[in-house]
Amino acid sequence: MSTILEMRSITKEFPGVKALSDVTLTVEQGEIHAICGENGAGKSTLMKVLSGVYPHGTYDGEIVFDGAPAEFGSINDSEQRGIVIIHQELALVPYLSVAENIFLGNETRNRFGMIDWNSANRRAAELLQRVGLKENPTTPVSQLGVGKQQLIEIAKALSKEVKLLILDEPTAALNDDDSEHLLELLRQLKGHGITSIIISHKLNEIEEIADRTTIIRDGRTIETLDMSEEGSTQDRIIRGMVGRDLEHRYPERSSVVGDEVLRVENWSVDHPTQIGRQIIVDASFNVRAGEVVGIAGLMGAGRTELAMSIFGRTYGRNIRGEVFKDGKPIQIRNVSEAIGHNIAYATEDRKHYGLNLIDDIRHNISAASLDKLAPRGWVNGNEELRVAEDYRGSLNIKTPNVLVDVGKLSGGNQQKVVLSKWLYTDPDVLILDEPTRGIDVGAKFEIYTIINKMVAAGKAVVVISSELPELLGICDRVYTLAFGRITGELPVAEATQERLMELMTIERDQPLPTKETAS
Amino acid sequence: MNAIDSVRDILTRNMRQSGIVIAFLAIVVLFAALNPNFLSPTNLTNIVLQYSYILILAIGMVMIIVAGQIDLSVGSVVALTGAVSAVVVVREGMPWYLGVLAALVVGLLVGIWQGFWVAYVGIPGFIVTLAGMLLFRGLTFLVLDNKSLSPFGGTYYDIANGFLNGLLGGYGFDVFTLVIFAIAVIGYAVSQWRTRQGKIAYQQTVESMPLFVVKLVVIAAVVMWFGYQLSISRGLPIVLIILAVLIIAYTLITQKSVFGRHVYAVGGNRHAAELSGVKVRKVNFWIFVNMGVLASVAGIVYSSRMNGAQPGAGNMFELDAIAACFIGGASTTGGVGRVGGAMIGGLIMAVMSNGMQLMGVPQSMQQVVKGLVLLLAVAFDIYNKRRASVLR
Repeated sequence: MSTILEMRSITKEFPGVKALSDVTLTVEQGEIHAICGENGAGKSTLMKVLSGVYPHGTYDGEIVFDGAPAEFGSINDSEQRGIVIIHQELALVPYLSVAENIFLGNETRNRFGMIDWNSANRRAAELLQRVGLKENPTTPVSQLGVGKQQLIEIAKALSKEVKLLILDEPTAALNDDDSEHLLELLRQLKGHGITSIIISHKLNEIEEIADRTTIIRDGRTIETLDMSEEGSTQDRIIRGMVGRDLEHRYPERSSVVGDEVLRVENWSVDHPTQIGRQIIVDASFNVRAGEVVGIAGLMGAGRTELAMSIFGRTYGRNIRGEVFKDGKPIQIRNVSEAIGHNIAYATEDRKHYGLNLIDDIRHNISAASLDKLAPRGWVNGNEELRVAEDYRGSLNIKTPNVLVDVGKLSGGNQQKVVLSKWLYTDPDVLILDEPTRGIDVGAKFEIYTIINKMVAAGKAVVVISSELPELLGICDRVYTLAFGRITGELPVAEATQERLMELMTIERDQPLPTKETAS
Repeated sequence: MNAIDSVRDILTRNMRQSGIVIAFLAIVVLFAALNPNFLSPTNLTNIVLQYSYILILAIGMVMIIVAGQIDLSVGSVVALTGAVSAVVVVREGMPWYLGVLAALVVGLLVGIWQGFWVAYVGIPGFIVTLAGMLLFRGLTFLVLDNKSLSPFGGTYYDIANGFLNGLLGGYGFDVFTLVIFAIAVIGYAVSQWRTRQGKIAYQQTVESMPLFVVKLVVIAAVVMWFGYQLSISRGLPIVLIILAVLIIAYTLITQKSVFGRHVYAVGGNRHAAELSGVKVRKVNFWIFVNMGVLASVAGIVYSSRMNGAQPGAGNMFELDAIAACFIGGASTTGGVGRVGGAMIGGLIMAVMSNGMQLMGVPQSMQQVVKGLVLLLAVAFDIYNKRRASVLR
């Protein structure tokens, strides 16, 4: 077997962050190579380096592909050489036909420079047959399901004479049949000599299909496992993925847990547009005063969807289940009712859902509680400024004054503005969705300290995160969420990263382990 | 903070706003130098009378644009409301106030109609109001039966053409006009003083006392000079009172009220606003209702000024109103813009049209210049934003 791809000592830095450091990846001709790692470990960055999204020169290290050095300036360069990447978010144009999508950007022209649709449709039909899809090439893509769209992406790759196919979380959005079909197709392509790299959180799939698995953690390659060897099990992979020492320190806290503040029972939510696709299945959890509860889940597990559907039905349709606040059942039909019940939700995507980037810190902090500042309908601007200045001081928002536009702040300071906004609503329950995503270590520590202050003041905090060390460092209790189901509940003393990762990868048709003790 | 620093602070903090004020003053000075009649009492009165309805439209339009929408129908709504009023007053011979009432009710209904489609059906304002532009123009033709209706005469005519003067006697100038202006200046000074005291009470930095006084004196002098010019002409135009009340009310609503702040929040980031408890649909609904009513006010003023209703009235007014907002610093993507800015933007267009008319510049050339001013104003805006992001 010969080597088709060698990435040697790849180092990629962003301002302030080393995303990849000295990463090495060797892929053999004709194998299926899996890459595993936690969210943020550097998998996607590595694939972007490989496919030329980050052009040659913006990273250190060298890439040898198919026996020759590869110095790609753009995706077009890597595609020329036969490397095709299929992203998690499919890049198909919904209103164009299957054939049009397959040849988009790569159209065959006749001698008048026009597209020859007859031959294009005929070639498309051949490609569809290769991926096992019985569809008319003239069907608009929007009429097909996600699973079929995924296959069309692969057909598109095949049309480009692909040698190395990279799939980023290909089965994340697929049901079991579609996933099975996709994996079968990868095996067939392997039979035709096409090499694949697959990034996946579904470890059972990896165990089933991969020849070798490379584990990345914190931007470094940890090891490459030969999956045919005994001992290369899911457990082994999990250990590799999470087996670091706690690098970030967490502020000390003595927890004094009080009465239950919020309880959610049998919560089910459907996808807003795809009829019949259930995103949250029968989820139940609670949180008590003075307690930090974690919800651990991988990307796509339904974490944000769970929180947003509770917070004023801002996600999903056909929402079923009950919410109890201080023991009494409540109805939350919109965000202002949620705020009225003293529930706050700080989004994971602060730029799109959390902040008005073109307005100043002052107005962002007051945005969710203007009524408080305006007893008779007129906002007291002086009081508003005082409030903003108070939070700037107490949360240590680094800015000369609060009249600076929020868009000009760093990620950590933006997150502090989001927290200020919700703290000013004086919540009893604060749901924090990935509160430390994309911010540096120092700011993380500050955010943890703020969380501790809040629970010390008797508030209840729910932290949603995919960073397990973080959850273990700050929570009293952790729920695991996998494929829309709560798959476990552990007091932090009994939780380990390995145990959590196991619970976080239980698929929907697998039985749940016997119920853990709920203290 | 010493005086020079605070001047610099005011200028840099509001680069866009102060830039537009400076541009406005420069244009005024330019036309005053080119034509001695430009600053004559009669001409100043004319500018106010001629462009008042565009300014009224721009007040509503700036809120629509801040919320990230657009309204293309206001010209047609001006025509329709004027036409309804003319039918009531001219054709049916009813009293003037019933005409005004009918126009306001029609404006309200138009606003509810458009607000419903934008807010609760979710059709972009551009489409809804493009349809409205045709729809209400068509209704105008129907209401007027394709003919002009005139004259209003009497009190209705006075809304846009009348003056309040002689109430306190005149000595070559109208005392009443000067008294009103003096009251306005004193009111402004008092409110500025209270704002300043409020800031001091909250321990904020304020501009130094001498600068504060100088600023007040300069503004008072300019306003009183303008008042004096009006008083030695024909006195205080009624429409100026309407305009002043609207500007003050809407400046307060946009800057100080919860609703106004919600408009900015929706325009700045709709999703973030929604997740902060802002009822986005309600906001969108009410800004269009508000625009409908203000368009009917403009329709009343315009029909009064024309002393009649024509089927083609108000054509292209929407573009003047939109241009006024953008020249005045509103952002095409929403979230940014002020009533004061839109008024200055509108005045820039008014002053340029008027100045060029006085100089006998042909209509064609006027259009060219106005187009270029709009383009340059927005280019200046984009340039500033880029510079700001580089300085980050």
